[in-house]
Amino acid sequence: MTLIFGKPAPLLFGQLLLGIINGSFYAMLSMGLAIIFGLLRIINFAHGAMFMIGAFVAWGLLTYVGIGFWPALLVAPVIVGGLGLLLERVLISRVYRLDILYGLLLTFGIAQLLQGVMTVYFGVSGVGYDAPALLSGVVNLGFMYLPIYRGFVVLAASVICLVTWLIIERTRLGALLRAATENPSLVQAFGVNVPRLISLTFAFGVGLAALAGVLAAPLYSVNPGMGAELLDTVFAVVVIGGMGSIGGAILTGFGLGVIEGFTDVFYPPGSAVAVFVVMAIVLLLRPAGLFGKAV
Amino acid sequence: MNVNRRAVLGTALAATVSGLPVRRARAAGKPLTIGVCSDFSGTYSDVGGETSVACVRQALEDWGAAAKGYDVTVIKGDHQNKADVGAGLARQWFDSGVDLLIDVPNSAVALAIAGVAREKDKAYINTNAATSALTGPNCNEDTIHWSYDTYMLSHSTGGAMVAAGGKSWFFITANYAFGQLLRDQTTAVVKAAGGTVVGDVAYPFPQTTDFSSFLVQAQSSGAQVLGLANAGKDTVNSIKQAHQFGITQSGMKIAGLLIYLNDVHGMGLEIAQGLVLTESFYWNMNDRTRAFTKRVLTKSPTNYPSMAQAGCYSGVTHFMKAVDAIGLDAANKSGAAIVAQMKKMPTDDDAYGQCSIREDGRFMCPSYLFQVKKPGQSSIPWDYYELLHTTPAEQTFAPLATEGCPLVKS
Repeated sequence: MTLIFGKPAPLLFGQLLLGIINGSFYAMLSMGLAIIFGLLRIINFAHGAMFMIGAFVAWGLLTYVGIGFWPALLVAPVIVGGLGLLLERVLISRVYRLDILYGLLLTFGIAQLLQGVMTVYFGVSGVGYDAPALLSGVVNLGFMYLPIYRGFVVLAASVICLVTWLIIERTRLGALLRAATENPSLVQAFGVNVPRLISLTFAFGVGLAALAGVLAAPLYSVNPGMGAELLDTVFAVVVIGGMGSIGGAILTGFGLGVIEGFTDVFYPPGSAVAVFVVMAIVLLLRPAGLFGKAV
Repeated sequence: MNVNRRAVLGTALAATVSGLPVRRARAAGKPLTIGVCSDFSGTYSDVGGETSVACVRQALEDWGAAAKGYDVTVIKGDHQNKADVGAGLARQWFDSGVDLLIDVPNSAVALAIAGVAREKDKAYINTNAATSALTGPNCNEDTIHWSYDTYMLSHSTGGAMVAAGGKSWFFITANYAFGQLLRDQTTAVVKAAGGTVVGDVAYPFPQTTDFSSFLVQAQSSGAQVLGLANAGKDTVNSIKQAHQFGITQSGMKIAGLLIYLNDVHGMGLEIAQGLVLTESFYWNMNDRTRAFTKRVLTKSPTNYPSMAQAGCYSGVTHFMKAVDAIGLDAANKSGAAIVAQMKKMPTDDDAYGQCSIREDGRFMCPSYLFQVKKPGQSSIPWDYYELLHTTPAEQTFAPLATEGCPLVKS
């Protein structure tokens, strides 16, 4: 058997693939965070909670209404996006003029609240959610067994990331969004309803988190802490990619997933800190992140 | 407007505080206070938490504390899985007159509180932590370890897997005291039976939610048995993901070394079916356990008691009998006096039946090796286990002389 750094090559291929799978969640979540930060200047600590609510909504749709996985991919993000819209209008819009820390504290509070309420109702173990029948099963890739659902997640995440990036960077709507962050009053003078644009952007970012939550539901147990556990890493991804850089968030998300995957083979106890070691190094060498512009 | 809002908040706060379990004024009866120190919000809250409190209250009702003239207050506190928080809470409780501290999941917190209980000479019944050190090097006159320990888990589940032909093992271990102890004890059992350990990954606790990398490593190791030296949500996640990666389909057996009924419920039978596990209590064992469970469910309707929670019931029942035997004055003075009395009498209650307590503080009960049923075999809610084997108490736990407990005179 071929050995690479003392490990069998098939094992490393397997880890590469697994790293990309985990990375696709980091990419989807950090992209939403980057959009919200880039356009609203809000460090959204409730992002993990929205991811978790997305998963619970998918579960609720199946359990109480009988709506399965495929429609839930659309319905759950819309519902959670609506919740995001409400939060933005009622609470978050009030802190735009204040120091950035207020937004951070507010969204942190919202996250704690949502997590606490869900814990009361569902306990910490949470509930189970199965992958759709079409995607269950395993394929033998030769070097590893790949659950079909995980392969689907990578494809879905790549498409979602690409489409979002195209919308923001390559369409008129995206151009308006970017202009509105640079100079809101000028854009407003052109007759664009900037507050509405901002609200919808927030709802969109939150909807992305919920979509990631639906995709995650069959992989992990659906539980109140599932978002908070990912959020640390996702923030590190955003910081490494460059705060507010959408392309940076996507590439870094996938990249860090892979780094984590390899750490799991070479030094398992270190897998939780690998991302933060990378973050420290990047911040030392490029304080604005890999793809960020220096402020 | 501001003033109004504050007034409203103030009232709400006052309502919350008065709702907290504060020591109430003593009525005319014989006063006693029992503190349930548990995880009410984290990883272990489903296997401890409110259901433990419900079991304590049920024990008092069933024993007839009020009818016998006792005025027992039950208070609860969250140790947040932090040893310093737990020890601080225990100190404060004992100083304010708590007579018994019970439950305490998480081995690190459990050991910290054992020290405080000895220092304050107050009774401490641990029903929820795994570490066998509570009756080993860390044993003391005030502490009793109920329900189960790492020795029981590793010998019963581990031994059964080896006996069934699982000779080569790969461990996935939660990298802290509990996981390491469980892995080491199971490794000893496997090696003693002529088996081998071909690999071990120790993952960071509690940050890990994705086990796929470790599972793929386990799969490529070619081991016959995957040993999970972890607990709670981690176990649920690793088994779920093992299922996704076709680990069991490829012929590898999973040994979940600590799985509670509540975990099986969280996984669902589709995924959990076929798992072999060990508990010392199962609600659907006999008429007494079913009757006990039916009563407790009136207080904890959505969560059936696990062995740890049933231990709270059994422990409090026996504690009250001991207090009654030595008298309230003696009981209030010394936790060690109550514990000594508890060791003298055999226990008997609906949850655990007839058992006893050894001089090192080990509650001696049989353990049961169960296999999780297939979805079609389960006819009523929470009907999950099939009994494979019963291990008598003397073989369930480590022999008295081998544990290094200073209380045991050689």
